[in-house]
Amino acid sequence: MRRIEVIKKIVENVKDNEIIVSNIGVPSKELYYLKDRDRNFYMLGSMGLASSIGLGIALNCNEKVIVIDGDGSILMNLGTLSTISYSGVKNLILVVVDNSVYGSTGNQKTHTSKNTNIKKIAEGCGLDSVEVNNLEDFEKEFKKSLNTDKCRVIIAKTIPYNEKVPNIDIPPVMIKFRFMNSLVEK
Amino acid sequence: MKGSLAVYRGLIDGGINFICSVPCANLKNLLNLIESERKIFHLPTTREEEAFGICAGAYLSGKKTAILMQNSGLGNSINAIASLYKVYQIPTLLIISHRGLLKEQIPAQIPMGLWTEKLLDVCEIPFFKPKNPEEAYKIILEGAKYMDKISYPVAILLDALYWEYDNDVKK
Repeated sequence: MRRIEVIKKIVENVKDNEIIVSNIGVPSKELYYLKDRDRNFYMLGSMGLASSIGLGIALNCNEKVIVIDGDGSILMNLGTLSTISYSGVKNLILVVVDNSVYGSTGNQKTHTSKNTNIKKIAEGCGLDSVEVNNLEDFEKEFKKSLNTDKCRVIIAKTIPYNEKVPNIDIPPVMIKFRFMNSLVEK
Repeated sequence: MKGSLAVYRGLIDGGINFICSVPCANLKNLLNLIESERKIFHLPTTREEEAFGICAGAYLSGKKTAILMQNSGLGNSINAIASLYKVYQIPTLLIISHRGLLKEQIPAQIPMGLWTEKLLDVCEIPFFKPKNPEEAYKIILEGAKYMDKISYPVAILLDALYWEYDNDVKK
């Protein structure tokens, strides 16, 4: 399973009003390439904070917020799993694409390549977590999460792979304004 | 409690309705006030950089945010200030307990205490240093408007001399 396939399943299944926050680097570019939409927030810097940004949005809206995060980024901000659980947020789906490498910087191994288990860490924080190893299971769990009134963490085990996709050519402030406008409009 | 009450009233009257915090001994009374205030959603966080991330999300969905923190947490937040708040032009009000200056007893607080204003300068974050509760109320009220005008964080630095106003016997 490749990350771009996971992201494709996400965009195929989300409704127009649902919100996607994507992680720094290639994940944001892959989402932009697959389906650009006003309710996508492309995080371009601040590695580690995609889940935090998603939490801040989810606490203040009724729609489902889907965060596309990575193992390297979660490891950089492990406290986020604890805070997400503590907040009691219900409309957040945290998809951790776990390819066990820093894929945007040359595939250096992350600690999940050896003995770190993000599912168990999330569970230790009190979060409902599931790990999937193929696309069929991912889609099943993702659909289940969309239809559950509960925060869920899906760890999607993938192989290291970056699709050759262009950079995001929208200025950051434009990404922000159209995202904010889309939330006000509906 | 005069010092904390002025900050609290400034936040309320300034329309702040979403707060993330990392505690500091000087923020103890303020945190208690915020915790029991229903107009403000308050979420304790595990570190300051995380608070910047959550408040950015809350801002994107229409909230007026503040971060309550100690100045020691500024260091771990610099990249978020640069690549999230600067890049996307995001406001927030930083209520910072400024340790490491006059009256400081803990040597480890002193370097960050002395570097805090320089770090804020580097980040181009305007900062204000109220000397008493009246000034704090006014500056926080105005700071909450100013941050939206500049679409960027505004910092309020409250040092040990300010927090003497929480000592009701003394002042």
